[in-house]
Amino acid sequence: MLEKKHEMIRKLAREFAEKELAPYATEVDKTGEYSKDVIDKLAKYKFTGITIPKEYGGAGGDYRSLAIVMEEFARKDASITSYIMANSLSGAPYLYYGTEEQKQKFLKPMVLGEKIGAFGLTEPGAGSDASSIETTAESDGDDYIINGRKCFITMGPVCDHIVAFCKTDRQAKGTKGISAIIVESFREGFSRGKEEDKLGIRGSKTSDIIFDNVRVPKENLLGKEGEGFKLAMSILDAGRITVSSQALGLAQGALDEAIKYTKERIQFGKPISKLQNTQFVIADMATKVETARALIYNTAEKYDKKVGNITKEAAMCKYYAGEIANQVAYASLQLHGGYGFMKEYAIERIYRDARIMSIYEGTSEIQKVVISGILLK
Amino acid sequence: MNILVCAKQVPNTNEVKIDPIKGTLIRNGVESILNPDDANALEEALKIKDKYNDTKVTVITMGPPQADDMLRECLAMGADDAILLSDRAFGGADTWATSNTLAAAIRKIKDYDIIFAGRQAIDGDTAQVGPQIAERLGIPQVTYVQKFDVNGDEVTVERQLEDGYEIIKVKTPVLLTAVKELNIPRYMNVEGIYNAYKKDITVWGINNLPVEKENVGLDASPTKVFRSFTPEPKGKGIVIEGTTKEKANELLNKLNQKHII
Repeated sequence: MLEKKHEMIRKLAREFAEKELAPYATEVDKTGEYSKDVIDKLAKYKFTGITIPKEYGGAGGDYRSLAIVMEEFARKDASITSYIMANSLSGAPYLYYGTEEQKQKFLKPMVLGEKIGAFGLTEPGAGSDASSIETTAESDGDDYIINGRKCFITMGPVCDHIVAFCKTDRQAKGTKGISAIIVESFREGFSRGKEEDKLGIRGSKTSDIIFDNVRVPKENLLGKEGEGFKLAMSILDAGRITVSSQALGLAQGALDEAIKYTKERIQFGKPISKLQNTQFVIADMATKVETARALIYNTAEKYDKKVGNITKEAAMCKYYAGEIANQVAYASLQLHGGYGFMKEYAIERIYRDARIMSIYEGTSEIQKVVISGILLK
Repeated sequence: MNILVCAKQVPNTNEVKIDPIKGTLIRNGVESILNPDDANALEEALKIKDKYNDTKVTVITMGPPQADDMLRECLAMGADDAILLSDRAFGGADTWATSNTLAAAIRKIKDYDIIFAGRQAIDGDTAQVGPQIAERLGIPQVTYVQKFDVNGDEVTVERQLEDGYEIIKVKTPVLLTAVKELNIPRYMNVEGIYNAYKKDITVWGINNLPVEKENVGLDASPTKVFRSFTPEPKGKGIVIEGTTKEKANELLNKLNQKHII
């Protein structure tokens, strides 16, 4: 499943996470800010462009490598992965649908760490029901005029541009008439909502993005007019592998903390790891983590080798990893007892960070709709 | 500029234990790593390459075929080429035979300006191979380099001493051994890892080197290990409690009892 180069990627990602991320994870959770040094290193070592071809500044790698990096990073700090999103949601639309000029202009600077991109699908009234978006882009000569509001936008407070999904044909029903349009933050009428104060992944920045009569040239259209929804859905398979590997890493981190703590904590005259309840709980946690890992890397390998359609498997990855991340974090905190409720212990942060894993990039429920939809077709 | 870096794959001694009966290292299941001082040596070479485009960095090691992993790690950090000296004939070498083998390979490479080596390897801790190579090649050497600068064919270094440092100017070709204070080695690079697995690593055996079989490997190694043992761990210290006067008295008593004073 994994090759030698993947083992080396893991070695690199683990070392980087231990030295550059772990020491600051608690502080970042408090302040919401990373040091410029860490962010610069993400680009320097090409974590920002693992799956992006070399022509656009990336490493030209595969999704197993990306999954490994996501896993190892999230094992120490789940928030940091927002800063390598050029690999997934914020970069993929350009990579798969952009013209050569758009790739050079928007994708490459993201990979080089010079610019930050974002993916704007969700709206206040369009979450799981993504097709019901109300943001409009009206044709006006060589331009579009965009109006509407996108919400929960990862990197919204700092992004330099966003791929906004807009209705270009108001008459079209359902998923039709939606187009993907690049909107730069310097455009007049572009503004950001206040930064969201979140339960978890507090190192990741989130806000609304508001378009008030924003005029953008038609050359900013990504892909074909009216095919935006198809574009969004087509990049979700890879996105789900990526997010599920983040959930996997977080779960592994929760397991690591449980093992460390239960060996140290003395109750009833011995480390609590000697109690059968602890042993059984740890065995359950580890089995879930390993099951998620097998599923994710198997799916990533299929995706890398282009062995048929993986939509169902990718949804299973996201569903399973998102759920077990929560279960494992819960169990780990329970093993920590009262100490786990205190901010001095990493599990307190991990437990909060876990909660988003079964929600964003498609809730567990939506994943079940996708899985069963394929099975019961 | 051509730079050679001598590196060694070593067991991660943080994890190593000694077999209490045989007195040898238990290497089973212990991760192999790039020797830490050698990583500093490579980093300094790569820093020159960052600065001067026409620099070529070649890593060279003697070891079993598994050393391929370590060499690819060096390539993933940014080295241009890697050479593995691997042959059954080289096995069981001490520092004398190792430096003979490495020097032969370097003579074969011929074109070099600076040779970087780590101060010492964490498995043997001899710090001999670097200096021996320089002697065999008849070039100057500076050991314990903690700061480095190059200007044309003139190298200026700080050589670490126990209580200070010397500043030494030396002409290339020169061999330098690096200490950990020299720099902080960079990580591998994601793209570098992909490139590393696309490259071929040159492997030279005894027949590819200008050296006689009698001068390499176990038979050419004058070092004979007489006995290895694990030193007894020190006992727990004693903490003396009380007022300053009480503590001083108690300490005097104890030192007297042990006939130290």
